[in-house]
Amino acid sequence: MVKLTVDGIALEVPNGCSVLQAAELAGKEIPRFCYHERLSVAGNCRMCLVEVEKVPKPVASCAWPVAEGMVIKTDSPMVRNARRGVMEFLLINHPLDCPICDQGGECDLQDQSMGYGWGDSRYREPKRAVMEKDFGPLVKTVMTRCIHCTRCIRFLAEVGGAPELGATARGEDMEIGTYVQQALTSELSGNIIDLCPVGALTSKPYAFVARSWELTRTDSVDVLDAVGANIRVDARGPEVLRVLPRINDDVNEEWLADKSRFAIDGLKHKRLDRPWVRRDGKLVPASWDEAFAAIAARMKDLPGEKIGALAGDLACAESMLALKDLMSALGSHNLDCRQNGARLNAARRDFYLFNTTIAGIDRADAILLIGTNPRREAPILNARIRKRWLSGHVPVAAIGPAVDLTYAAEWLGVGPAVLTSLLSGEQSFAEKLEVAKQPMLILGQGALARPDGEAVLAAAWQLAQRFGMLHADWHGFNVLHTAAARVGALDLGFLPAPGAKGFWAMRAGAVDLLWLLGADEFEVARIPPTTFVVYQGHHGDRGAQRADVILPGSAYTEKNGTYVNTEGRAQRGRLAVYPPGEAREDWKILRAFSAVLGRPLPYDDLKTLREKLATTHPVFARVGALPAAGCTDQSGPGGDPAAMLPNPFTFPIANYYQTDSISRASPTMVRCTETYYPGLAMAAE
Amino acid sequence: MLADKDRIFTNLYGLNDWRLAGARARGDWDNTAAILARGRDHLIEEAKASGLRGRGGAGFPTGVKWSFMPKKSDGRPAYLVVNADESEPGTCKDRDIIRHDPHKLLEGCLIAGFAMGATAAYIYIRGEFYNEARHLEAARGECYEAGLIGRNAAGSGYDFDVFIHRGAGAYICGEETGLLESLEGKKGLPRLKPPFPAAVGLYGCPSTVNNVETIAMVPDIMRRGAAWFSALGRPRNSGTKVFCISGHVEKPCNVEEEMGIPLRELIEKYAGGVRGGWDNLLAVIPGGASVPVLPKSICDTVLMDFDSLAAVKSGLGTAAVIVMDRSTDVIKAIARLSRFYKHESCGQCTPCREGTGWLMRVMDRLVEGRAEIEEIDILDKVTRQIEGHTICALGDAAAWPVQGLIRHFRPLIEERISAFRQRSVSLAAE
Repeated sequence: MVKLTVDGIALEVPNGCSVLQAAELAGKEIPRFCYHERLSVAGNCRMCLVEVEKVPKPVASCAWPVAEGMVIKTDSPMVRNARRGVMEFLLINHPLDCPICDQGGECDLQDQSMGYGWGDSRYREPKRAVMEKDFGPLVKTVMTRCIHCTRCIRFLAEVGGAPELGATARGEDMEIGTYVQQALTSELSGNIIDLCPVGALTSKPYAFVARSWELTRTDSVDVLDAVGANIRVDARGPEVLRVLPRINDDVNEEWLADKSRFAIDGLKHKRLDRPWVRRDGKLVPASWDEAFAAIAARMKDLPGEKIGALAGDLACAESMLALKDLMSALGSHNLDCRQNGARLNAARRDFYLFNTTIAGIDRADAILLIGTNPRREAPILNARIRKRWLSGHVPVAAIGPAVDLTYAAEWLGVGPAVLTSLLSGEQSFAEKLEVAKQPMLILGQGALARPDGEAVLAAAWQLAQRFGMLHADWHGFNVLHTAAARVGALDLGFLPAPGAKGFWAMRAGAVDLLWLLGADEFEVARIPPTTFVVYQGHHGDRGAQRADVILPGSAYTEKNGTYVNTEGRAQRGRLAVYPPGEAREDWKILRAFSAVLGRPLPYDDLKTLREKLATTHPVFARVGALPAAGCTDQSGPGGDPAAMLPNPFTFPIANYYQTDSISRASPTMVRCTETYYPGLAMAAE
Repeated sequence: MLADKDRIFTNLYGLNDWRLAGARARGDWDNTAAILARGRDHLIEEAKASGLRGRGGAGFPTGVKWSFMPKKSDGRPAYLVVNADESEPGTCKDRDIIRHDPHKLLEGCLIAGFAMGATAAYIYIRGEFYNEARHLEAARGECYEAGLIGRNAAGSGYDFDVFIHRGAGAYICGEETGLLESLEGKKGLPRLKPPFPAAVGLYGCPSTVNNVETIAMVPDIMRRGAAWFSALGRPRNSGTKVFCISGHVEKPCNVEEEMGIPLRELIEKYAGGVRGGWDNLLAVIPGGASVPVLPKSICDTVLMDFDSLAAVKSGLGTAAVIVMDRSTDVIKAIARLSRFYKHESCGQCTPCREGTGWLMRVMDRLVEGRAEIEEIDILDKVTRQIEGHTICALGDAAAWPVQGLIRHFRPLIEERISAFRQRSVSLAAE
């Protein structure tokens, strides 16, 4: 610890702390533009200058290390003059277009010029103008506003691992850009919009849509991948206008992946806003009563074992519990949530969780990826791996077709044979795993969603055992999910009871009535015509097209729902806007239908439903928290590694930008697909 | 006046052979091993005792700088980096040293490198110095062939390499940390300090950046002794210095003289005097473009060394004496310098990036007089807003010439402004 004083306040700060951090610990606000806690220090904006006694010139507090007995002044005349001077310089070439700038109202430059500037400029020369740059379909540029803080450059180079931005030319002609005028390829590119302290980088889809003070803010959680990034939903009236990340160091730090940020315009397209019933082969609009009556009529005299339900990737735990309860009231145990056919084993929770936890990646000292491309499946988690790889020279190896993960992974091979050779110690990476104290492996859906998934799961567990990934205070066995609903569904036991029918059987027509709770991610059209399909969901996607009855549900921004992320962390999404038209919150639809059947579910409000949820599985009682990490039971899941097939792993996500009914309906995501996967976009047409 | 026997750069004018044979005839590379045999600490002490101050412009004591290098390696190698990116307007001393006396520099690299425990020297030479780089390359080749550098350099038992790197012509790459970045293959953006290069320098290793002239002086200082060197010049400003005299003089030249020589004597004795006589002198920039200009009244008496020039609010800089006679439009001259700094600012930090352009634009208007009288004060304040607020010294260098102009030639600027106003009034009347 170092003793120093800040503006007369004596305090002790940790060694290696910067003057800026020390001042913040003393409760002093230091203005800054280029400095950001999660990026390297650039020290170029010069806004954070403070006075340090015995140093003749003001010092950049973000870059100046503290020393014993230092006397820091953050509000002396020297400091105030320095700030005013820097502020004036920043503004001389900054356009006064705040009234038409999307950053207006939440702009660091505006705020700090109010707080620390002069309120007047002495500059009478012409201002600089800079050509706009094309950063692709997500990030809009107004480069004349740029103050050259280089946060965007540093973010993409350091966190994003896609060093595509840089500064060209020098002096006042310096410009930030890609130089080659191509779209940014990082899945995290939207974060540079948040990082930009001015309006140089703004959201392209959100351009000129709203002013920040018109928006209602709702804290929520993202469901477009299984990471469960903490978000804030900004809405105006009935419309969700934008999504921004919230800080949660254990999950997403303060980043958000592009799909989660930009797919929200999909919430306004292809929505199901009223019930539909298929009559004579055509879907016709219906009332709720008619829709319920149609289902009830089909259900009449149908034995429980001929009824089944599939839960989709975006379903909240509340609706899945209600559906499960409804099904058991009907005597059906034909439930499944694994619409990708993944051979997940729910016998024990740590067989399907990301046990190391996302924050735990920071402590891993060897990482093995099996059949997963986290860059597309969970960009934020991938950034965490990259951060670890950057900081500690942690060896990373991967099994599957080689792709660019933003860090140097050693590609060991494409198929399960590598697992065998790792187990036998023939594969050279085994030595690195051997010496590692806290190695971890990540098993992707690409390794599980195949006929030999059980064998791969068993082999992976054996690997974890063999290389000391499982001990009382470290659990290095991880399954990376791609669906936000999956872990919650497994926790609820949304799986076929022994002897009951699972996903494959139900898809093949083993039930006469199939209830799809937002299940769109399989070939719904291949369900035989003999099966009566009820689709409950929010988008007119694959499931709705095949349905015999459509019940309009609500999307994640329109309901209060609980989601369990891939780590097993239960988090709450909150209602930001009301569902459109006649659509309702999903659990209420199920509750209402149960009354139509005359077997009402035992909850009338969200509170009682959540109490029931908490008794079903304790995870729902501990929102936000995780149980202690560590493996207490070494015995693995069943399955014989020898049964592994020779075919290579394939990654589950081909097009990052369109993976679910919301992002498929999003015009912005369509533009991204056209830009980043021109081949795929053409094939779709 | 400097006696011939005390001259260090005996081939400054290229009258003799610059190659190894010629250099040896002048005493270079004479038993260098014996100098190294005295040991690191002794050499550093000798450098300190000589009072040698860095010849690149800032005048930091060289021996002290060397002593910042770690005494024991933590496993990282250490490097000597020689700044041969001589781009300061008016300065051409390093160019002549490299062109005509490259072996002095190379021998200096070995001695200084040994003193600071460096395993190699990197010479970063300005891109425009094409012929100089060829001489240096040739001289380096001769040294390797003769075993003077490389393994067991000069028979001393010390292994020492020299690398030559050509720059691409950016002024900012002459700033010591900008130079390191450029040498590493990056954009030449000066680094934040601390950490200083002696802790984290080239490729993250302890490094010391010295000017060509500083390093080239080292062999003679070590041979003839600190006492000889410190006896020359004035206290705390000891030794000799190569002055570059240019501008409105009869015979522009480079000359090695004792520190502290009166400016007038320097100009009159070596450069043939000011064009049209001393009384035709208007002003002198005594140390390259970055230091404030001095009017004739100060030039009459000022001595040419670090402290004397600092006392009159200017500086010795690189000792590039730019002489302007009464035919000069001094406002235009300084405006040209402002244009230069605007063009050469790296753009990294705010005050310099934005401020240099501002200075240039106001200066351009002042040349015509198209300004308000109050703008002179604003201009002066803007220079003070830049000065001392930037990462490197380029901001200061851009500010000082303008400050010097306002300090000494304010009446002239005011006159120009009123003349312009008069003209526009009479034009409007017609």
